[in-house]
Amino acid sequence: MGIQSNQYVSEYQDFNDIFPGQQLPWLNQLRKAALASFSKQGFPSSKDEEWRYVNFSAIEKKVFLPKSAEAIPEIDKKLIEPYQIENCFNMVFLNGRFSEQLSDISGLPSRVQLCSMVHALQYFPEQVSEYFGKAVDTEDHGFIHFNSAWFADGWFLKLPENIRLDKPIHIIHVASDPEVLAATRNIIVIDKNARVDLFESYTSLTDGAYLTTAVNEIFIDENAEVYFCKLQNESEKAFHFSGIYVNQEQEAKFNHDVFSFGSQTSRNEVNTDLGYAAECCLNGLYLGRKKQVMDNHTRIHHRMPNAISRETYKGILDQRARGIFQGRVIVHQDAQKTDSEMNNKNLLLSEDAEADTKPQLEIYADDVKCAHGVTVGQLDETSIFYLQTRSIDRETAENMLTFAFANEMIEKIQQNHFRALVLEQLLARFPQMEIRKEWVL
Amino acid sequence: MLTIENLHVSIEDKQILKGINLEVKAGEVHAIMGPNGSGKSTLSHILAGKPGYTVTQGSITYLGKDLLEMDPEIRAREGVFLAFQYPVEIPGVSNIYLLKAALNAIRKHHGLDEADAMDFLKIIKQKTALVEMDQEFLYRSVNQGFSGGEKKRNEILQMAVLEPKLCILDETDSGLDIDALKVVANGVNSLRSPERSFVMITHYQRLLDYIKPDYVHVLADGKIVRSGGPELALELEEKGYSWLEEQAVA
Repeated sequence: MGIQSNQYVSEYQDFNDIFPGQQLPWLNQLRKAALASFSKQGFPSSKDEEWRYVNFSAIEKKVFLPKSAEAIPEIDKKLIEPYQIENCFNMVFLNGRFSEQLSDISGLPSRVQLCSMVHALQYFPEQVSEYFGKAVDTEDHGFIHFNSAWFADGWFLKLPENIRLDKPIHIIHVASDPEVLAATRNIIVIDKNARVDLFESYTSLTDGAYLTTAVNEIFIDENAEVYFCKLQNESEKAFHFSGIYVNQEQEAKFNHDVFSFGSQTSRNEVNTDLGYAAECCLNGLYLGRKKQVMDNHTRIHHRMPNAISRETYKGILDQRARGIFQGRVIVHQDAQKTDSEMNNKNLLLSEDAEADTKPQLEIYADDVKCAHGVTVGQLDETSIFYLQTRSIDRETAENMLTFAFANEMIEKIQQNHFRALVLEQLLARFPQMEIRKEWVL
Repeated sequence: MLTIENLHVSIEDKQILKGINLEVKAGEVHAIMGPNGSGKSTLSHILAGKPGYTVTQGSITYLGKDLLEMDPEIRAREGVFLAFQYPVEIPGVSNIYLLKAALNAIRKHHGLDEADAMDFLKIIKQKTALVEMDQEFLYRSVNQGFSGGEKKRNEILQMAVLEPKLCILDETDSGLDIDALKVVANGVNSLRSPERSFVMITHYQRLLDYIKPDYVHVLADGKIVRSGGPELALELEEKGYSWLEEQAVA
């Protein structure tokens, strides 16, 4: 590992004060081990096959460190108004720390536990320890170790049996200052037959560089259901690592949509382990321009019979942007009657843009239905012609079809308010389109 | 309105149209019939301006202007409308958005202001009723998940909203059951006017039972081999195309 990764190790002691749960021996031990692993491995490098298309060396050259809560000024609530969706429990994190002042989770049913990780580690650490690190894959890497060592806060959700939350939970991560490290660790536990809609937005009030790392561990018990939609709209100079690791028990359902619009370099990992007849649906849209690099990495383990997985990732890459999709589906020996489909479509808008796509199927069972498809290309000429015959000029037709290619993913968002929020961000990328929101929603 | 003279068209060095002559006057309905591979669809594509074809000889004059010089969107703004044989699905663009964008592009071309939102919705409501289409379709993606009949009705809806001068219907009857065909034909008939002309391209006589043409032309091997009144269609229905194809080759 590089000298600068070492700096993340050598600086570590100076930040002891900000790490929550110091009274907990198990956590101290875990942090120590994570730091030791990180000091050995450093951040993943492009020599690693799983990381070959993405380069995070910039975060080793420039060190991002957390700021103490006192060093960060309060922000005006108005600044994040577009993200404060009505009809949601809104929980706001400022540079990776929970902001009570900006959040509003009043009215939550009393049996539902939703709080910051700092709070959880103080008041019910034994519950946290039951789940912490349990969904993360054993083949973990430097970013996960880094996150385990450096997280300063995060959120904890436990939804008890049979509770179906009708109001979504929206976690809003705001970066207000450049050069800051925002590392959150999040645990989501959904008990039997429970259901929740989760939104997570990452946004920034600075256009500078900073580093976000977030590790979400999600446990979905029998017949429970999670819809999880994430919007990554960071500063275009920021670095973003996000790992979502899911355990799905029998007949558990996990639907996930991720929208990557911002950041200089980003990596989205979504790994899920499917139990008997569990279902997952993973969708993603990445929109790159300038020199943005967007890496999407998914891994679906079919370990038990009768599970269903669906996956659709789409990329639109302009200028010198690079988009990566690596999707792995592993059908284990016992996973008979697996039904799996994986799809990745890329639209290249410039000759210098690049799409790397790598679907991987590993099948060890014999009675399965698995399909995958990949496309990298330009806009469909027949569609352009069709629009031209409707009096739309070529340039507008191209914009319309590009927008449509993206909007198709936005249409999948299962809740109106959040869909409107994501659409707003998408439309900001298409200033030439005069679209009335109600006509596309 | 439309004059086609000695039109020769090839695609990738293959000659498809071999000297078409056709005169369509305002208010007339012309049916162009012919067997598969006779060049019917090529004719509709070349009128709408689809790229990929080469005009090797001849001309097309539309309202006194050289049609072949115009980009497809200019033709559309000048009043040429092609109802596609296979309407294109555009996931992610709603029908109503396309209609608004199309209508406004035409209005702008003619120096008019954009349609007022309320007026626009009023127009759209009337026209959807004309093709017996549920309002809900307006907010769905263009043609996505539509049945064959719904797609064709959607084409007629667009035509009704954009009010073109020259309507080209490419195999509009294909894939339609009898009820859907009646709806589509009613839509077309209601748009007939002394200022509007139609060129209907069809393989079967069936459509002509519902939309009465003024003239029928038979296209075979890239040429119009016979022209006549509506009775020609009936003759074709009875005898098929082979006797005319033989004539064309001979």
